[in-house]
Amino acid sequence: MNYDLVIVGGGPAGLAAAVAAKDNGIDSILIIERDNELGGILNQCIHNGFGLHTFKEELTGPEYASRFIAQVEERKIEYKLNTMVMDISENKVVTAMNKTDGMFTVEAKAVILAMGCRERSRGALNIPGYRPAGIFSAGTAQRLVNIEGYMPGRRVVILGSGDIGLIMARRMTLEGAQVLAVAELMPYSGGLKRNIVQCLDDFNIPLYLSHTVIDIQGKERVEGITIAEVGPDRKPIPGTEIHYDCDTLLLSCGLLPENELSKTAGVDLSPITSGPIVNDSLETNIEGIFACGNVLHVHDLVDFVSQEATNAGKNAAKYIKEGKTVGAKEVKINAVDGVRYTVPCTIRPEEMDENVTVRFRVGQVFKNCTIATYFGDELINKRKKQVMAPGEMEQVVLLKSKLAEYPDLTDITIKIEEA
Amino acid sequence: METRHLTCIGCPMGCQLTVTLENGEVTDVTGNTCKRGDIYARKEVTNPTRIVTSSVRVKNGKIAMVSCKTREDIPKGMIFDVAKALENVCVDAPVAIGDVVLANVCGTGVDVIATKNVTAK
Repeated sequence: MNYDLVIVGGGPAGLAAAVAAKDNGIDSILIIERDNELGGILNQCIHNGFGLHTFKEELTGPEYASRFIAQVEERKIEYKLNTMVMDISENKVVTAMNKTDGMFTVEAKAVILAMGCRERSRGALNIPGYRPAGIFSAGTAQRLVNIEGYMPGRRVVILGSGDIGLIMARRMTLEGAQVLAVAELMPYSGGLKRNIVQCLDDFNIPLYLSHTVIDIQGKERVEGITIAEVGPDRKPIPGTEIHYDCDTLLLSCGLLPENELSKTAGVDLSPITSGPIVNDSLETNIEGIFACGNVLHVHDLVDFVSQEATNAGKNAAKYIKEGKTVGAKEVKINAVDGVRYTVPCTIRPEEMDENVTVRFRVGQVFKNCTIATYFGDELINKRKKQVMAPGEMEQVVLLKSKLAEYPDLTDITIKIEEA
Repeated sequence: METRHLTCIGCPMGCQLTVTLENGEVTDVTGNTCKRGDIYARKEVTNPTRIVTSSVRVKNGKIAMVSCKTREDIPKGMIFDVAKALENVCVDAPVAIGDVVLANVCGTGVDVIATKNVTAK
């Protein structure tokens, strides 16, 4: 089997990338999706608040997905459902399998990685105690309740105040469960303010900051949870324990880009984002392999995923038609002083689009600070922000015309400074 | 005179707002750092509303549940009534986005509509 472009993943990133590639002249496209429908995790995100940037209205997850699915269908872009990609080679041979075709390979001129992310599991959190039934990631509970129609439990404690955990606190409450508490290890919540208010405060669910789970009781099924306050060293403080009788623990402790397949292709990953290191065209170190969406770095708004994926689709189309530009000059983007990382990591002043959006996250909460952009040692731009938090993605836009004024530039630095 | 404390949801600042009411009328909003906080506080203490989203069972559908939402905001105080009203609702496949799942939920004048297409088995 041969396709010009293979897109791994049919969620919001894969869908937007496919539409953009098609609109930029690529007809031979295959999307490979492991679930039984397109749309990815949006299908289980039944709450509203999606699409304000893209469609100027508030949609639910399934509605947002359906708009992109419709665009894919209109363009007659091919896709395979219930199909798992097993391997991607450096030469862009994709090995996949499903129940009808068995194992098969697809040779592609370009590949877009759009596999999304997964939730941090209990195993990765090192919570002591037995391993009874009743411990779910918040996303698993979300799928059970919203798509499959099962209630995971009746008395619930949630560890982690990420948005999925907050959303599930409300969802479980509305389905008749009692959500006893949300414990957050950090002294601030990783979730949106709106979700704290509308998912916790509206239902009088307490949020304990600087708290973590120190014990899970029960051998067959969860019978109780003990949480405790943690000090600045994030170690439990004796005497601060609170016990809850409950049957369920939900975990909402962060998302990790899912890059097992990227590794098989030899794609270099960032130790900070756990996603591929890409240039301004969202191309990885492997020629013709691009990445976008949550597999690249975890986003907070799907609108930004769609924008990023549109760029990846457009750039992959350009690569398929024109091939790689050899020897293009690269400028490195340094993330320092509160800026944890940037995507992209490098920019090619001669090859880049008229403007390139550089997205990043900060490492802590900053109030009344500025985002400063330096070309070498020269301050180019300063933008004041009333507040920045690790939970919200920030951005700087770089202009090709500005970069053209600095032909000898070797590196750009983005940092947070006192106002 | 009555005072109410709120957290603004307009942006990540999360300003702590204090609203002063007199005979149910807002007389003062403090703690906000921008206009959005003032607008939010006034609405939230006089007429708080929410979109309610849920999912209901589908008969003969390709999947077991179809997601749904109130077409417009409903009064905040009625969230649980709406959730309860949706508990035993079951619709027949196929269902299309925008199909009415439950008309005039709890006498609010607002319909609950499907937010997902579910084809028949």
